[in-house]
Amino acid sequence: MTALLKLTGISKIYPAVVANDAIDLTVMPGEIHAVLGENGAGKSTLMKIIYGVTAPDAGTLEWLGTATRIKSPAHARALGIGMVFQHFSLFDTLTVAENIALAMKGSVKSITPRIKAASERFGLDVEPEMRVQSLSVGERQRVEILRCMLQEPKLIIMDEPTSVLPPQGVSDLFKTLKKLASEGIGILFISHKLDEIRELCDVATVLRHGKVTGTAVPREETSKSLARMMIGRDLPHAENRGSKAEGEVRLTVSDLSYVPDDIFATPLEHVALTLREGEILGIAGVSGNGQNTLVGLLSGETRLPDAMAANIRLNGAELGATGPMDRRELGLHFVPEERLGRGAVPEHDLSENSLLTGFGSGLAKYGFLNLGGMKQFSSNTIDAFDVRCGGPNAAAQSLSGGNLQKFIVGREISLKPKVLIVSQPTWGVDVGAAAAIRQKLIDLRDEGVAILVVSEELEELFEISDRLHVMFRGRLSPAIKTQSTNVEDIGLAMTGDFERLETPAEPSVVEHA
Amino acid sequence: MRNIYLEPRTERSAFAPFLVSMLAVCLTIIAGSGLFLIYGKSPIAGFHAIFIEPLQSSYGIGEILLKLGPFLLIAQGLAIGFRARVWNIGAEGQLIIGAILASVVAIRFDGSTSSLLLPGMVLAGALGGMGWAGIAAWLRTRYNANEILVTFMLSSIALQILYYLVTGPLRDPQGFNFPQSITFSAAATFPILIENTRVNASLIIALVVTVLAWVFMQRSLMGYKLVVGGLAPHAARYAGFGEKRAIWLALLIGGAAAGIAGVGEVAGPLGMLQRTVSPGYGFSAIIVAFLGGLHPIGIVFSSLLMALIHVGGDFARLSVGLPSAVTDIFQGLLLTFYLASSLLLTHRLRLRKPDAVLTAEAAE
Repeated sequence: MTALLKLTGISKIYPAVVANDAIDLTVMPGEIHAVLGENGAGKSTLMKIIYGVTAPDAGTLEWLGTATRIKSPAHARALGIGMVFQHFSLFDTLTVAENIALAMKGSVKSITPRIKAASERFGLDVEPEMRVQSLSVGERQRVEILRCMLQEPKLIIMDEPTSVLPPQGVSDLFKTLKKLASEGIGILFISHKLDEIRELCDVATVLRHGKVTGTAVPREETSKSLARMMIGRDLPHAENRGSKAEGEVRLTVSDLSYVPDDIFATPLEHVALTLREGEILGIAGVSGNGQNTLVGLLSGETRLPDAMAANIRLNGAELGATGPMDRRELGLHFVPEERLGRGAVPEHDLSENSLLTGFGSGLAKYGFLNLGGMKQFSSNTIDAFDVRCGGPNAAAQSLSGGNLQKFIVGREISLKPKVLIVSQPTWGVDVGAAAAIRQKLIDLRDEGVAILVVSEELEELFEISDRLHVMFRGRLSPAIKTQSTNVEDIGLAMTGDFERLETPAEPSVVEHA
Repeated sequence: MRNIYLEPRTERSAFAPFLVSMLAVCLTIIAGSGLFLIYGKSPIAGFHAIFIEPLQSSYGIGEILLKLGPFLLIAQGLAIGFRARVWNIGAEGQLIIGAILASVVAIRFDGSTSSLLLPGMVLAGALGGMGWAGIAAWLRTRYNANEILVTFMLSSIALQILYYLVTGPLRDPQGFNFPQSITFSAAATFPILIENTRVNASLIIALVVTVLAWVFMQRSLMGYKLVVGGLAPHAARYAGFGEKRAIWLALLIGGAAAGIAGVGEVAGPLGMLQRTVSPGYGFSAIIVAFLGGLHPIGIVFSSLLMALIHVGGDFARLSVGLPSAVTDIFQGLLLTFYLASSLLLTHRLRLRKPDAVLTAEAAE
């Protein structure tokens, strides 16, 4: 049988780094092929070469047995190569259907029913008429997946597609992918989730520092052995001894119903939660279910009307109508999911970015910048959180996503919060950095800080949180102790079935003995 | 075959803004040469008249310093707003209202020899400019009205108010119906700084404002907040820097600076209020602010250049016989070339083989 795609000795050299060094890779029809590696291992560059975004400096690429030079993504699509990007390539001002129509033949009108059919078939819940700018990050990824599926490609490249799906969605996607593979379609599956790769993939090619460090049949490997191939040592795992006795209540949200100004944002219905000192409270859920609305109200970026100020309380004080500065003064800090442009000013260096939330903590005096203090603060944060960068004068946009996230999390932790709200703490962060961030959160919890984590990654929430809520269509489930639930129940709740969470977590009170 | 591609810069050099401004000046000179040739004039003679002759006489230097003041003042104020992405293009109107209010003070207290008269006029001018710009700030923050349109239209209104006042209530009763006010007394005019020139003490205000602008933008928390609001509005909201406050502050600062520049005219070279209080300083200062990279130090140089072009335009008219529009044309060329060149701040040109592609992000 002819290989679908055969790469021989592919190399790509950038001024600062050798991204790909003599990579060999073969994908057969009907094969689900994993490309495994940390951020920076060269996966994305390799995919860009296959998809015609970047030209290789050396090596040959054979498509269906013929040496081919893929000139552009359009060329790649014409050949039958589809790609689902990790970083979205959607136009914000267009609707879902218009975005998809851009990459296909046919009018928006004729494509809309196909989108609806495909979204049902793959369990990818997306409204074709919605404008992309009002979609959450997770929903945007669903649009990307749909767009690729609609082009009926021979080879599909998927760049970490599962990070935004609930567990049921993941298994549905896997069923779809397996079905596609059985029809002879090849799939290149990029991920760092080892369990998924072991479940789904036939072959794995492991990259480290731009080189192939091994190929394996994932089913015959353990997660540990795959991780060792990938990072060259054992996978770090956050140490979590569980929280101590119940601490004092720090943050309460009571019966919060709120319709945001943006008509496409999800309204909240009767949301209630209690966050205590010394605990990590997790909020699970597929993004786009009201997490952004809730987090905006908690951080103060969105203010409640005065009449509703009491619906959010910090240490008993009514907080709902105040802004971020007032809340920060009371010890509430927040790490947003968007790092560039929200958590940090891209053009500013790290020293200036430390001022963004640190100006109230001595980095500005009498209205003037404390330049020495800013530099000191940022280099301390860089050291303490192992931020790899060019120092305090490095522009935020020059850092990789993971390192910038370490800096932002580090900045907020260094500002000594009493309550810390973190949205998607490890999104797009490589496994090493993700483990470090989780460990920092656990350490902070052990020091008595109340932490709220909003995440789509269940694995992460189970690893670090003491109690869990699930968010679905603007409603928040009751909290349940992480130890007394499991991925299945939470997964069910992520699709709207809160029933199993509503039964008491501990059967301590049994009325009819 | 090699093609030229634009690709986003991954890093910005500190010199890039300076180089971009120099490129704009060079392109202006090249295009200007073409224009001179079309008019049948020698480009060398033309440029000599514009850029060299003014510097060869104390009169020319004096005129340059005289025009330096208003450019410096207005552009420093505007640049602060522009860094916050608040587009006040109505400095001309704010200047006029500042000039009117200062004149009202001067006329009301005519004959007074109080040393407080001039400071009072400066204060009135600043308040006038702030008030005029404040209308735009209020409409923007209250009704989300676009400040570009509002400030621009307010300039036209200011001009009509000025016409009304100099032909009516503020006209000199003994002035043979000329549309101008009485001549201000010595106490109501800025003292001359350099003898035998028209350079007056308002230049000192402009220099002090330059220093203050530098401190404000580079060292103050308020300036930092404004810049963050301009660069990354979501980050400003995340940090809790109020957007409305930034809009008010940006417009009020720009208005105050323009208003004081208006005082500098009526209490300086004009010595009275008349139909023309400014040869378009408020609009030219927009170009000055951008050409200076919106940086307080850069604006010192771009103000000098703009003052030179304004004075040099007059020289060129006299000695080479170029039309008076030459100043406007040069300003227009400068702005056009600056806007085109500023693309190079965020992008760079690269020669590549045609089958290579656009994106070459750092390896991931």
